[in-house]
Amino acid sequence: MERYERIFFWFAALVLGLLLGCLAYITLFMDIHLPGHGGRIMPMNGKGLAATVLVTPPFNHPGVHEISPGRYEAAILTMQWIFYPRKIEVPAGSEITFRVTSTDVIHGFFIPGTRVNMMAVPGYVTVETYRFRRPGNYLLLCHEYCGRQHQTMWGEVIVK
Amino acid sequence: MSTAIVYQPDRPFALPANQRRLISLMLYLGFAALAVGVVNGLAQALNYADIDVFRYFPGLHTYYEGLTVHGVFNVIVLTFAFANGFVSLTTARGLNRPLNDGLLWAAFVTLLAGAALAAGAILSGHASVLYTFYAPLEAHWTFYLGLTLIVVSTWLTSANLFLSLSRWRREHRGERIPLLAYISVVTFIFWDIASVGVAADVVFMLLPWSLGILSGVDPMLSRTLFWFTGHPIVYFWLLPVYVSWYAMIPRQVSGSLFSDTAVRLVFLMFLVIIPIGLHHQYVDPGISPGLKFVVAALTFVVFLPSLLTAFSVMYALEIGGRRRGGSGLIGWFFRLPWGEPSVAAQVLAMLAFMLGGITGLINASYSLNLDIHNTAFVPGHFHLTIGSAVALSYMGITYWLVPYLEQKKLWGKRIALAQAWCYFVGVLIFARGLISGGLAGMPRRTAISLIDYPMPPGWREAGILTGVGGTLMFIGAALFFVVLAMTVLFGERTEIADIPFTDTIEPPPESGWLVNLDRFRYWVAATIVLCVLIYGPLIYHHLPPQLYSSGSTNY
Repeated sequence: MERYERIFFWFAALVLGLLLGCLAYITLFMDIHLPGHGGRIMPMNGKGLAATVLVTPPFNHPGVHEISPGRYEAAILTMQWIFYPRKIEVPAGSEITFRVTSTDVIHGFFIPGTRVNMMAVPGYVTVETYRFRRPGNYLLLCHEYCGRQHQTMWGEVIVK
Repeated sequence: MSTAIVYQPDRPFALPANQRRLISLMLYLGFAALAVGVVNGLAQALNYADIDVFRYFPGLHTYYEGLTVHGVFNVIVLTFAFANGFVSLTTARGLNRPLNDGLLWAAFVTLLAGAALAAGAILSGHASVLYTFYAPLEAHWTFYLGLTLIVVSTWLTSANLFLSLSRWRREHRGERIPLLAYISVVTFIFWDIASVGVAADVVFMLLPWSLGILSGVDPMLSRTLFWFTGHPIVYFWLLPVYVSWYAMIPRQVSGSLFSDTAVRLVFLMFLVIIPIGLHHQYVDPGISPGLKFVVAALTFVVFLPSLLTAFSVMYALEIGGRRRGGSGLIGWFFRLPWGEPSVAAQVLAMLAFMLGGITGLINASYSLNLDIHNTAFVPGHFHLTIGSAVALSYMGITYWLVPYLEQKKLWGKRIALAQAWCYFVGVLIFARGLISGGLAGMPRRTAISLIDYPMPPGWREAGILTGVGGTLMFIGAALFFVVLAMTVLFGERTEIADIPFTDTIEPPPESGWLVNLDRFRYWVAATIVLCVLIYGPLIYHHLPPQLYSSGSTNY
């Protein structure tokens, strides 16, 4: 390799290194994380996955619950082709922890305009924490193909 | 002073007529798949523009069936057929020896059988699972068997290439492998290792499950194995195109490739850094954020060989442009032979690829991915890579390859030129639409024309651009088929003795450590070690598989 190739190589490596550094900074110091792992739900003896999910906390009481002052948990089920509950209400400015799982196939859980973006995989609970600062109506979309009526799988998050 | 990139003994290169025929058949099979794929592509693009044409499609049941056809035919059947045919030819040319007849036949027949099985399953409405076929969405077993055969055809092609190379090496001990053969063979070594993930997924889990032998699947294991292959597969689409950009385009523009070693290093980097598929699973549960970040970093490393390619190929283009009388900082660019459809299509493909590369880096960027994961941004990105860098280059390559294989002149040079420009302009508008749609929250793989909620702001404009761009792409592709069919059927007979290939200014060193670049066993060992480090603990954690997820055929 000749000189210019070397210079180009190291320059490119430096730029990529800097970009990666930015991502590390965002993650470590700006509190922007990828969705996390909220545990497993495996079918119990003699029961199917869906039946097991429906008796496993917090999915035995799906919806929004205040877990401590100003902190909320939203347990939401995904299934062909609905979110359950389909419409949730959360207060503006509070921290919401979404807990999501699927009773059948892989679904998506995406709130456009926010960074709430995760996959719901049968047997797994996916977790993401988010603070809605602006009140308003947000769309909740399934953004993974999940069967014939996939395009009708949507919900609403009302931030007051 | 220049060095050939092929083995050049006194005897001229001549591929036996039957092998030339088999390679043509392989390519035509791929193009037949492309024809079906792009018709569905038009319908997909119109869907984003809020126009539902699927109900008028004969024999097509749903939007998602059309999308499955579009994906499987374009990015699996077409790409594998092209890689099998084109890279077999470049290997034979690089080593200046014919291939093995039996293996060439076997690869073609397996590919044909696989494509027919998969097509049957999809078009009968029993496999609307998209080309990612995420379990527990369950397709008919013929779909999985078809895909298996399609992959087996690439393995048979590999065997053919390795056989040729090992025979050549036995006759030429201590010599460097000719560059053209080197990059061709590395493409297939790379793919053989990369394809292990999806092969294990289909053969040990999905196929027995669809046959009723297994009661369920482990969806996360299946998904992880799929993406082990699912990311590197994009380089298997790309590397045959890199073979053309590195080895043929410099000659076609009257330039030269500068460094032999740099090209070998680029291909080896793609080989070693196979295990980065986890960056498709950034928002999945069950994978630690630390591992996701390591994979993000590795993905950034694998961006380097593409940046090096930009440097080397542009350098070769510049040498050509200056030899043709171009001057100034960018004056050489306009002196390239823009009247040659093969060159014009591929240089336009390179321009599209720059945008494709940048958007790809955004996808790979860990937390930045949260903004665009599974939105229309993603197909916006990959229509700039597979949908133009690769597809438009295939078309450009075809403009010299089919005349060579058929020994006929290219029909309709001007139409071919218009084809390339129409497709290029189309894909830019199309991708602009999908990218802005994605940023406005528009999901991918969704029948937008059938949604039952009010369209959020920004979607309509994005959809119209997508529809207009997609229509132009469709016209561009249709013109390609006109040129192809007319050349094959009515092209003027001529004699084309050889394929175009460049020389290199800096030859491969005959001694020193760089000779080790040709000793594949070290590089394969390094690849396997890295794969085990990244994927070993993750896969081990899933063993034995827990087959708790039962299938769904609600599509």
